[in-house]
Amino acid sequence: MSIFVCIKQVPDTETKIKINSDKSGIDTSTIKWVLNPYDEYAVEEALLKKDAIGADKVIAITLGPARSVDALRTALAMGADEAIHIQTDKDVDSLTASKAISKAIEKFGPAKCVFTGKLSIDSNNSSFGPQLAAQLHIPHTSVVSKYEVKGETVVVEREIEAGKKEIVEMPLSSLSTANKGLNTPRFVSLPGIMKAKKKPVHILSFEELGVENTKSSEYKNFELPPEKPEVRILSSDGAVKELVQLLRNESKVI
Amino acid sequence: MAILVYVETTNGKIKGSSLELLTAAKKTNKPFSSISIGASASDLESLNAFGVKKHIEYKDEKLSKYNPEMFSQVLTEAIKDTGSEIILGSSSSLTKDLFPTVAAKISSGFVSDGTQLNWDGNRFSVKKPMYAGKCFCTVEFSKSLPQMILMRPNQMPVEPSEKVNTEVVTKNLSINDFKTKVIEIVKGASEKLDLTEANIIVSGGRGMQAAENFKLLEELAKTLGATVGASRAVTDAGWVSHSMQVGQTGKTVAPTLYIACGISGAVQHLAGMSDSKVIVAINKDPEAPIFKKATYGIVGDALEIVPLLNEEFKKILNS
Ligand SMILES: Cc1cc2nc3c(=O)[nH]c(=O)nc-3n(C[C@H](O)[C@H](O)[C@H](O)COP(=O)(O)OP(=O)(O)OC[C@H]3O[C@@H](n4cnc5c(N)ncnc54)[C@H](O)[C@@H]3O)c2cc1C
Ligand SMILES: Nc1ncnc2c1ncn2[C@@H]1O[C@H](COP(=O)(O)O)[C@@H](O)[C@H]1O
Repeated sequence: MSIFVCIKQVPDTETKIKINSDKSGIDTSTIKWVLNPYDEYAVEEALLKKDAIGADKVIAITLGPARSVDALRTALAMGADEAIHIQTDKDVDSLTASKAISKAIEKFGPAKCVFTGKLSIDSNNSSFGPQLAAQLHIPHTSVVSKYEVKGETVVVEREIEAGKKEIVEMPLSSLSTANKGLNTPRFVSLPGIMKAKKKPVHILSFEELGVENTKSSEYKNFELPPEKPEVRILSSDGAVKELVQLLRNESKVI
Repeated sequence: MAILVYVETTNGKIKGSSLELLTAAKKTNKPFSSISIGASASDLESLNAFGVKKHIEYKDEKLSKYNPEMFSQVLTEAIKDTGSEIILGSSSSLTKDLFPTVAAKISSGFVSDGTQLNWDGNRFSVKKPMYAGKCFCTVEFSKSLPQMILMRPNQMPVEPSEKVNTEVVTKNLSINDFKTKVIEIVKGASEKLDLTEANIIVSGGRGMQAAENFKLLEELAKTLGATVGASRAVTDAGWVSHSMQVGQTGKTVAPTLYIACGISGAVQHLAGMSDSKVIVAINKDPEAPIFKKATYGIVGDALEIVPLLNEEFKKILNS
């Protein structure tokens, strides 16, 4: 049985974002794409725990356009055994994505367990993991920073408010969304990259999975944040007094 | 087009972020009710003051800790019972898990991290940041589906309406068998208000020089009733706990005042705090990128300035 890891290709955070002329989205022509940072933790955990979990394969899976195969290649180079690419050029919301990916997991499954990232840094939704778990009818825990296998159960740490942590026990057959702190993702090595080239990437379409790409929502009217007015630098003599006065009387925040 | 507002309570009082949602629901002039799930009694006083005519309360010792299976069943049931098609919540560790789970169960549209709600007479559209706050977009929902919306705290006004008598419908848990169990809750380093809910944040970076200098920030935070945050350089160095990290791989915050001390302002840090209303930067390097996002800046040594600032705040806050 396999561990499935869901990954997404996202713009690198250093990339400058430009809006399309019709405001329907961002200009993707100059973007540098990377594996979503949280998904690196997810891939790493699957690789680290493969034996403890008792899985024979780690399968990375993504839904996205042709370019997103690069994210799969990164996961393969880290050590994943196979990859599944549900190809589409259309925008897909996370509800539909979770349906399609659940079908693919059923097709290549059964899954021993599933990992996703806590959130993708493009959409900031943090919705896909719990949605996928609901589609697969398996329990889940989100925002996991520690994952310990104990036979057929796992004990995980979930970070909640104010630095508090919940220690949660659930069946091994479940989904976890990976948070920072879970592990230290390995760097991709050159031999890893060479090996990845020979590993299988299964390509699937919505039709093959029998899923309709219906939209539950549409993202429109993209705009840049309002320009911030120039910073007011306070000179060192009396700067502290002046600052406190400004915070009280000008911006009225204290 | 009934609306259901998910309200969260701390220390027996409905959170300010939930009151924002009740205010927004009331303004639509559509029927709305609220729901609370937990172990404590509902805050009837606030429900009355914010014009909630009907409140659904699931109250059980078993609900004192969050369990996705239990909570999602209960919320799904309440949505069906009330025939609600719009479900509003405020982003928290709990709702960020609960809402998408329920959205999948009832096949609804879902959006999180909203910063603005627009009512068109029938439905909401939601403005939200994308690409770590580098741009914004407006999310419109398909007309045939329910909509579940999570808003960031501190984005909308809190305005009580004319007082009403709230009918409280108490529901019992009908389900008992769950696969997930919270076995323990481990307390964090600080028992303060969480960063994501804090109104004021005092944040420190590598420029604070050493772990022990965070005491200066703690003291300033105490004066201001603020929560202390940090950059990743500092959490990675182990000076403070990971839960205090602000930024792309930490918390996204939007307080009314963010004071950045010895933080350079790397894009990944800005991604987590650039929506703050007022940003103060204290940095000895006048070229530090943080000054591009700041409202006010002081160029100088944070270790000297922070204690002075603390004294000055104490003076005006105690007078
Ligand atoms: C994938 C990825 C994700 C990341 N996620 C995050 C994240 O979530 N949050 C985050 O913060 N970072 C994140 N980073 C790291 C980020 O790129 C920066 O390295 C980090 O924010 C730097 O922290 P800093 O500003 O404290 O340190 P530095 O960049 O070293 O800056 C220290 C600053 O302090 C000033 N200084 C020095 N001494 C003094 C003094 N005595 N008084 C006043 N000022 C002084 C210096 O002029 C300097 O500007 C991420 C990086 C990557 C690659
Ligand atoms: N299109 C996708 N293909 C595969 N995995 C995805 C996709 N979208 C989201 N995910 C996974 O879900 C996590 C959370 O994403 P999101 O809900 O978009 O914030 C990501 O870290 C990925 O692990």
